[in-house]
Amino acid sequence: MPLSSAVITFPGSNCDRDAQTYLELITGQVPHKIWHNDQIIPKVDIIIIPGGFSFGDYLRSGAMASKSPIIKEVLKHSERGGYVLGICNGFQILTEIGLLSGALNRNVKLKFIAKNCHIKKNNENFFNKKIQNDKILSIPVAHNEGSYYNSEEGLKSLEDNEQVAFLYCDKDGNSNNESNINGSLNHIAGITNKEKNVLGLMPHPERAFQDFHQSQDGQLILESLIS
Amino acid sequence: MRVKILVRLKKQILEPQGKNIEECLNNLGFSECGNVRQGKLIELDLPEDIKDKSTYIKDICGKLLVNDIIEEYEVL
Repeated sequence: MPLSSAVITFPGSNCDRDAQTYLELITGQVPHKIWHNDQIIPKVDIIIIPGGFSFGDYLRSGAMASKSPIIKEVLKHSERGGYVLGICNGFQILTEIGLLSGALNRNVKLKFIAKNCHIKKNNENFFNKKIQNDKILSIPVAHNEGSYYNSEEGLKSLEDNEQVAFLYCDKDGNSNNESNINGSLNHIAGITNKEKNVLGLMPHPERAFQDFHQSQDGQLILESLIS
Repeated sequence: MRVKILVRLKKQILEPQGKNIEECLNNLGFSECGNVRQGKLIELDLPEDIKDKSTYIKDICGKLLVNDIIEEYEVL
């Protein structure tokens, strides 16, 4: 199934071009390039909110971007069941919009983390259905505020509704304090909304799909949507 | 009228910057300093005759300045 797409760019986005290439090379269709002040997103199957430091991460990561004019189009798209993938800063923006539950705090060790990490599928959804349960994905992270937090009730609701999409783990698939790179609650690397059409993910699949990348595991996420 | 709003992470949330500042103070010999937490101060002007100031501030905090999942605020 061909997948039509759009990528939103905010002032300070820096993974928008990577996301465009990721979509174009895997889906075979050129994505629409949307500026945060635009009023309309054409009807597409998936919108990617890319990583970076939108509005310089002023106030809180993603806070200013979540008030951009284009966000009302993202809400309309998700309400009609369209896919939304927020990567890194995109994940932070989705929590600030309220499409995803919780918040991303400073990494527990106060370091900007830029390295390959391992994640594994937890609850199944549209974005990971092509990934085997025992597959360990190697995908890069690059963030300063990636420590996932939610209230006790919020966390329970996420788990009860099977919204925890990906967990940090080591190369053998063990999730523990050592493999949890940023101090995220319950090792959470990615979550969905209740309807499971919106995914927020701290690791960058759009940096792991081409031959010259260290890993091609990022392909599996888009391929799950296409299949 | 100048309004000062103090925003900080809720008490139950680990605040690694404060922890780091505390370690640094302790290393400098200020060993009495404990439980350091860092917050942020937002200052803004409002007209003197604004109606229902507290509702107004609650509104701006709720809509932008504060993320109530992780933060709390007080008006100084």
